[in-house]
Amino acid sequence: MVQVYEKLTEIFQDVFDDEDIAVTAELTADDVAEWDSLRHIQLILAVQKGFKVKFSAAEISGLHNVGDLAGLIEAKLK
Amino acid sequence: MSAEIYTSLTWLPPPPSDFQGQCRAAETHPTPGATLRALASHALDENQLSRLGRTLMRVAAAGRSLAPLQPFRLGLVGNATLDGLAPALVASAARHGFALECVLADFGQTIQEAVDPASLVNRSKPDAVLLAIDHRGLPLSFQLGEPESERDDVEAALAVIEEIRGGFRTHAGATSIVQTLPPPPESLFGNLDRLVPGSPRRLIAALNAAIGDSVSGSADILFDVAGLAETVGLGAWHSPAIWNLAKFPFGEDCLPIYAEHVARLIGAMRGRSRKCLILDLDNTLWGGVIGDDGLEGIRIAQGDATGEAHLDVQRYALALRQRGVVLAVSSKNTDEVARVPFRDHPEMLLKEDHFAVFQANWNDKATNIKAIAQELNLGLDAMVFLDDNPVERGLVRQMIPEVAVPELPEDPALFTRTLAAAGYFESVAFADEDRKRAEMYQSNARRVALSRQAGDVDAYLASLDMEVQFAPFDRTGRARIAQLINKSNQFNLTTRRYTESEVAEAEADLSVFTLQVRLVDRFGDNGMISVIICRALDASTWAIDTWLMSCRVLGRKLEQMVLREILINARRAGVAALVGTYRPTEKNALVINHYEKLGFAKLSGEPGDVTTWGLSTDTDVAAVPMRVVRAGQAVLAQ
Repeated sequence: MVQVYEKLTEIFQDVFDDEDIAVTAELTADDVAEWDSLRHIQLILAVQKGFKVKFSAAEISGLHNVGDLAGLIEAKLK
Repeated sequence: MSAEIYTSLTWLPPPPSDFQGQCRAAETHPTPGATLRALASHALDENQLSRLGRTLMRVAAAGRSLAPLQPFRLGLVGNATLDGLAPALVASAARHGFALECVLADFGQTIQEAVDPASLVNRSKPDAVLLAIDHRGLPLSFQLGEPESERDDVEAALAVIEEIRGGFRTHAGATSIVQTLPPPPESLFGNLDRLVPGSPRRLIAALNAAIGDSVSGSADILFDVAGLAETVGLGAWHSPAIWNLAKFPFGEDCLPIYAEHVARLIGAMRGRSRKCLILDLDNTLWGGVIGDDGLEGIRIAQGDATGEAHLDVQRYALALRQRGVVLAVSSKNTDEVARVPFRDHPEMLLKEDHFAVFQANWNDKATNIKAIAQELNLGLDAMVFLDDNPVERGLVRQMIPEVAVPELPEDPALFTRTLAAAGYFESVAFADEDRKRAEMYQSNARRVALSRQAGDVDAYLASLDMEVQFAPFDRTGRARIAQLINKSNQFNLTTRRYTESEVAEAEADLSVFTLQVRLVDRFGDNGMISVIICRALDASTWAIDTWLMSCRVLGRKLEQMVLREILINARRAGVAALVGTYRPTEKNALVINHYEKLGFAKLSGEPGDVTTWGLSTDTDVAAVPMRVVRAGQAVLAQ
């Protein structure tokens, strides 16, 4: 799980062009000014590529915070 | 794998490992244009492209100059998430020298945007408008089995596209970039689709043909997305998941090649297409090394897989020449030797008079390419340089960044495909003058005088991170040593041939000094590249019986390092002097001045004859920046 967060942090920094972004389980789109719907898609695409996983539309719409995303990645990697 | 050539932009070098850091650094750079263009000129994936595109957009939004990138304003309309395309378009345009500004219409607003003189796109007076429209954005009913209904659909869809084009032409004076439609891969009947009127496969093919006819001869430009999607594969192009999720018109993996194609078209509109293809010879136009393998040894024949791969490169170069691309040669070779295959090999498709300039010499290729450009009176940014050797590619890329130098895969079977995929010669028209251009340059494959070295070769050599490995002959090296002794013709001072058992004898003979030399650099292991044999003439003199080197590593100053190594060993053995011999053959003119260049004094012989040369072992030879490894020990030679 720690490794998942480390890699997620890299991806978030890259997608939001922000080196200081702190990626925690509680983080949501409301906390990041630039996190609009387009950036959300770019984030999902970058996560899929970075972790070599694919999400279904239902899985994506079920995400509420970074914790959900990390959990989903964990489950896919098992 | 072959489709990956397109989607992964494999003709571009891979991005630097700290790509993100370099993006950040460039953003705060006082004049970021050139740096950002250099960053864009790597094989970036969709995430990296978007990242770089956002950087460029922020610099532009802050009102800062992106010079030397040239401004270009592109309107975007279509039935897709255009703001997902924009950053990738901006980054790809930077690769082609443009500071692209995108003006986006709202989703699905195509006709409205075009016909309203006060629309955002029209008011912005764009240089061009990209019509990112596919089958989901046009009135197509797909009534099966009705030829008339198919015709009606085609006419109705074409009318929409023409109305959009007319609107932007009238109200903004803008050129439209009109897309063809990639058909969805889902079939209805299967093979019968092609025959049933109104099936998506058949109807879209008819519509694409009609779009082509309509654009042809107009002031607008065709973007054959259908052709691109076929090349990549329709299954890879259309991604239901990303369309449903975000209304992206194609799979995200296809974004880099789509954006690259848009940027190419913009370049072609602005006359930026490249005009000259400069070809290496050995292992590019034929398999093998003409100077070593000879006319019978090079591979360029039908029926030989390697030979056919190289023939394919020749065939493609000829086809390019027919459409107006000027051909030239830059090869490290002796001129007369390099011309032999063109004159005497029956299977060669390219002949000397296909080339406007034929530059075969031993100078660095950057110098040669500059001379070729000058002779043809073409800019360096009109040049493409094709070479199988990564070191030559790296040198030219570093010394003359304006020249396009495609990365090539190991397998020559994919050379042609990679060159074609790079799209350097993208054009928006094919005119009579194109057809005649090659003849205009029909010269006699002339050579051009060279003025001076192109740049700091030493700095480039240092960047190669070379490691030279010295060892006496041994059992494991024996077969390769014998092979080099019997095969090397050009860099070979005496051309003495020895069998493998004679090599073994030299290995065991304590009065003989032997050296096998290997070279590793940041492009990989070059393997054994040089062989030396010295025999004791008397207690204080060594005669250099054999000194040969592979031409592949010429220009690395390895000779200097090898001489250093011989001197170190000679001194250790109590030897006071070296005697070298040059025995001229038909093929070794390359090394006629070898000993003189290394500081030897001539002892005997006239030019054209056998010459002998002497050097005191006290001589100091400057080291070249490379690591030296002897029998497993690393010593830094500085």
